[in-house]
Amino acid sequence: MGIMKRMGMVFRSKANAALDKAEDPRETLDYSYQKQLELLQKVRRGVADVATSRKRVELQVNQLQQQSAKLQDQAKKALAANREDLAREALTRRSGLDQQIADLQTQHASLQAEEEKLTLASKRLQAKVESFRTRKETIKATYTAAEAQTRITEAFSGISEEMGDVGLAVQRAEDKTAQMQARAGAVDELLASGALEDVTAGPNDDISRELDALASASTVDSELEAMKRQLGTGADKPALGAGDVAPDAVAEEKREGQA
Amino acid sequence: MIVRIMAEGQFEVADDALDQLNSLDDAVESAVASHDEEAFGDALSSLLEAVRQIGKEVPDEELVESDLVLPPSDASLAEVEDLLGADGFIPG
Repeated sequence: MGIMKRMGMVFRSKANAALDKAEDPRETLDYSYQKQLELLQKVRRGVADVATSRKRVELQVNQLQQQSAKLQDQAKKALAANREDLAREALTRRSGLDQQIADLQTQHASLQAEEEKLTLASKRLQAKVESFRTRKETIKATYTAAEAQTRITEAFSGISEEMGDVGLAVQRAEDKTAQMQARAGAVDELLASGALEDVTAGPNDDISRELDALASASTVDSELEAMKRQLGTGADKPALGAGDVAPDAVAEEKREGQA
Repeated sequence: MIVRIMAEGQFEVADDALDQLNSLDDAVESAVASHDEEAFGDALSSLLEAVRQIGKEVPDEELVESDLVLPPSDASLAEVEDLLGADGFIPG
């Protein structure tokens, strides 16, 4: 596969995933708008230049017309003073000026037409730039919305991944709880069997165990004593059946109990 | 078909001109494959120049998706490899 196709595939997948910043059409649109504004500025400057030239030509025409009037006046005065040669000279110069004036007036007319055309073009361009600006903003808004949509989709996929993670965490917690319960059960059994010492018990435990042992021993003793007493006086109240136990055996048992 | 030259713009190229571009494109690819920087520079310039000549520039304000994308004219061989390498030889 050629470089073109591979690059195309890379960038299409990237554009979908990340909306490549370098290829952001919003920036392109803004740049294009900037260029159009610059063009409009140039046209406006052109209009101003032409208007300035037109005014300069107008001034020149005015000056030449004044000069022409002055020469005509001089020619009249020369004739009045019988200086026909001078009058002729003045009129010759005046005709040269008139030619210049006519040329300048033609130039003025063309400048005026140019100015009007440029003013119209400038207005049209301004309207175009304005409509482009509106379109650009619409496109940018649409693009931003699409971008947001993409982000939302990405966020959703992210959320579902997170939910998956949560599910896994719950599973892990459950496993751990079950494991701990099983372990607690085993520890209880071991403690009960005596294989494990109960570390939660206090240091007095040995003493209390001994005391308990003593207490239970004394209970046994007193019970035995009570039994013996019953047996000793027990001719009328036989506990084991009358005549079953000889008085010697009782005495022997009593001695053993005291030992 | 729309061909974008990165950092330059898009060009509308007639489909029947694609064969010509493909042969130039193959030259770029073989230069990349053989890591020949000099050959790569020449091949890329020829390819980009051909696109500029054959293609009709798409105005900046027109938004169209590119069918094919080409590296910028000042791209180095390493940069192109890097661009393609990001997604492997078969991206997506």
